[in-house]
Amino acid sequence: MNERREFLKGAIIFFPAGGVLTALAREAAGKETVGKDAPGTDAKAQPNGKKAYNPADHWYGMGVEIDKCIGCNRCAVACKAENDVPDQPFFFRTWVERYTIARSGNVNVENISIGPQLEKAQDAREILRSFFVPKLCNHCANPPCVQVCPVNATFTTPDGAVIVDAERCIGCRYCIQACPYGARYLHPKTRTADKCTFCYHRIVKGLQPACVEVCPTQARIFGDLKSRASRLTRFMRFNKIHVLKPQLNTEPKVYYAQLDGEVR
Amino acid sequence: MKMPEQVNRLAIVIGILVGVTLLTRFVLIPRSLVSTELHWTEAAKREVAKPVKFAGSTVCQDCHEDVAIKKAKGFHKTLACESCHGPAIKHTEDPSAMKPPAPRDRKFCPVCHAYDSSRPTGFPQINPTAHNPLKPCISCHNAHDPVPPKAPRECSACHAQIERAKAVSSHALIGCTTCHNAPARHKTAPRQALPSKPETREFCGTCHGAAGKKAPKEAPKVDLSTHGGRSLCWECHYPHLPEGRV
Amino acid sequence: MSPHAADGLSEMLGQVTGFIFPNEIEIHWGILIVVYPYVTGLVAGAFILASLVKVFKIKEVQPTYRLSLLTALAFLLTATLPLLLHLGQPLRFYEILLTPNPTSAMAMFGFVYAWYLMAVLLLEIWFEYRCDLIRMAQSARFPLDWIYRVLSLFSKDTSEEARSFDRKAIQAITIIGIPSAFLLHGYVGFIFGSVKANPWWGSVLMPIVFLMSAIVSGIALVILLYMVLAGIRREPIEMACLDKIASYLFYAVIVDFSLEALDFIHRLYQSEESVKILGSLITHKLFMSLFVIQILLGMFIPLGILALAKARGFNDDLRKLLYFTAVILIQLGIFATRWNVVIGGQLFSKSFRGLMTYKMEVMGIEGLLASLVLLALPFAILAVLVKLLPIKLAGETATP
Repeated sequence: MNERREFLKGAIIFFPAGGVLTALAREAAGKETVGKDAPGTDAKAQPNGKKAYNPADHWYGMGVEIDKCIGCNRCAVACKAENDVPDQPFFFRTWVERYTIARSGNVNVENISIGPQLEKAQDAREILRSFFVPKLCNHCANPPCVQVCPVNATFTTPDGAVIVDAERCIGCRYCIQACPYGARYLHPKTRTADKCTFCYHRIVKGLQPACVEVCPTQARIFGDLKSRASRLTRFMRFNKIHVLKPQLNTEPKVYYAQLDGEVR
Repeated sequence: MKMPEQVNRLAIVIGILVGVTLLTRFVLIPRSLVSTELHWTEAAKREVAKPVKFAGSTVCQDCHEDVAIKKAKGFHKTLACESCHGPAIKHTEDPSAMKPPAPRDRKFCPVCHAYDSSRPTGFPQINPTAHNPLKPCISCHNAHDPVPPKAPRECSACHAQIERAKAVSSHALIGCTTCHNAPARHKTAPRQALPSKPETREFCGTCHGAAGKKAPKEAPKVDLSTHGGRSLCWECHYPHLPEGRV
Repeated sequence: MSPHAADGLSEMLGQVTGFIFPNEIEIHWGILIVVYPYVTGLVAGAFILASLVKVFKIKEVQPTYRLSLLTALAFLLTATLPLLLHLGQPLRFYEILLTPNPTSAMAMFGFVYAWYLMAVLLLEIWFEYRCDLIRMAQSARFPLDWIYRVLSLFSKDTSEEARSFDRKAIQAITIIGIPSAFLLHGYVGFIFGSVKANPWWGSVLMPIVFLMSAIVSGIALVILLYMVLAGIRREPIEMACLDKIASYLFYAVIVDFSLEALDFIHRLYQSEESVKILGSLITHKLFMSLFVIQILLGMFIPLGILALAKARGFNDDLRKLLYFTAVILIQLGIFATRWNVVIGGQLFSKSFRGLMTYKMEVMGIEGLLASLVLLALPFAILAVLVKLLPIKLAGETATP
């Protein structure tokens, strides 16, 4: 009986004490949040009178028109040049796939970015459809990679790009496993996760991503979904839009027009 | 009844452990190490500071205005300068220090223009081995305005794949213009001035309908009133190779 | 990945069948990540066996109680090592504790692990051994006597009251410990089960199947250690205990098999998009490790052996031999289960159109040798623990 009284006394002190400790901890944590410090901005406006770049004003996405892609692979080459991606055929921030769909229903897919492909002797009369599909990180609005990163090394910037903090990443590769699109790889030198950044260092300065810049047929376009006058917004208006693996609810922001149902 | 002695000792040890942990985490460790917001901002800044390699085609025309104007009127108007000349940011910083290479090799242009069955039809494609062998592409085509030296006489210059299929079909001796009206502008602005396709069943019926007056004897005949329902003929039959391809 | 690995990758390009996304050529979670769920599974399983004594009051299993606890501790201490070795930047591991992402199962696992180690396992072992520690502190020579004194937290009370409190504390901790053990290994299952990008992993059943196979492997391990330890010490094995544990093992294997069969039948019946490539995966890449090792050697044959030992009244020695064989096969089978999940899930492309291969390095920080060392390490730790903290294998009650 006495034991129970003692126990209750202890419990009565324990919960408020716990509450106080928790509150103290929370307050200490609250002191850590920093005011929003946008990248590329200064405290005052730029000297030439242009408004400082505010990431919250933008929400970037990319559009890809399948019927325009000629599979020249200039995009993948330019990306590797711009972003110092290792030159070997195992690490890609972006690549181009070729689909060949035969009358039999057989679908043959190959990656034209990993190197020259052997000419397959295929009877042209048996081919139903054939086309190229550029692929890259979809910079999802509901990214599974950001969800699983244990150290918050990968995150979405306020303007919609998903990037990796290479100084925080511990190289656990959970994000690589979680990405449904195979967009990520482990950089062999830094041993951290790496992927397409929408050429973040270019887009905040008003330039286009390298892959969009060099595409000869403008099969890739880039734009700001928050802007009414961006090329991407018009693209979304004129085309029926598809995304890759919509059933996974990752809300990708790379929008495909004329995407074939066989594309995964 | 007092607390058992071992629980007191345990409580002390646990209290010390928890206390040290909380102290370390919330007091001793500086905010810069643990603030995720701060880290993200810093990471974005580091990302933005990375070097740019491609200057972007709008910059080129500041100095190379004549080339830019010429290119803007031709077939390569959508092609960025650096697609062919490579990343040129260093050239914009100090033009004499780095000259972007100008590709003149015959191997370069086929990267886009070699025939590939997966490329969209109508995109200008050639067979690199057969098309004017050994001559550099630029000897006939100015890269900034690559209009062919002579307007192609025959449709097969751009539509070789269709021509190849038709050549082995029963329609081999029928000229392209028999069924397709190609406006003259089609040779210079192919995607804006498109050739026509037959729009009625009666069109094919001129040869294949039972009552056709001009119908050649060898052309197979069908009763247009019953054959094929409401579909247009080419919605089922591939006219360039009727007996073969879909 | 070692510097030579780039050559290894080009070799693997030649072994790809079908189409894969280019970045998928590298298998990221290798043998080390197979060892990790295997080890945490043993922890959970051994603890569940210990809980049979304290919570479900199965008296016959008493002789293995302390062994189960120490086994769980030995394996728990080494559980994080494979993870550490496999990180691309191992020296940054502290980030996971400093700035954990609350939506990441991997980050939250660090805290579950800390909770289980501190608040369940160490606490329970302390209460269990407290009186023994006090006794040994008085009788041991230097430096051991000081070690025991520190371990006992300088406690001195061995009265009946204190002991009865210890017993109640152990019961309370074990009651909390069972869901904690479930959480510990269930979390590992959740780390895989929550990945929607991967249809081989992403399944609601994954944490449950992981847990059940963990219980199977943990019980089998304790049987193995009990028999080995008794053999080393030349002490008699209590057959009532062994028979009881083997009986629980039998039922556990049946439940585990049922769950895995359910998963298989469910997939086959639903026939979702991934069923073709997964079928290709198990027939071409996982045939040996799945059908032969995991199912035949790891489940059917041990089930047969255990059923035989149960049904026929064999003599003690024959039963011991049968149990020993069964538990070795079960360990192989459960390791193969982990392999099939971890490696298997990375052998097919997320395009559902191709298969890759895994080339296990022998040397190197993520190689076979490192994994074998990590698997041997807990046994070494256990040997030290058993020397330090006494276990009486037969005819004793734990808390005197």
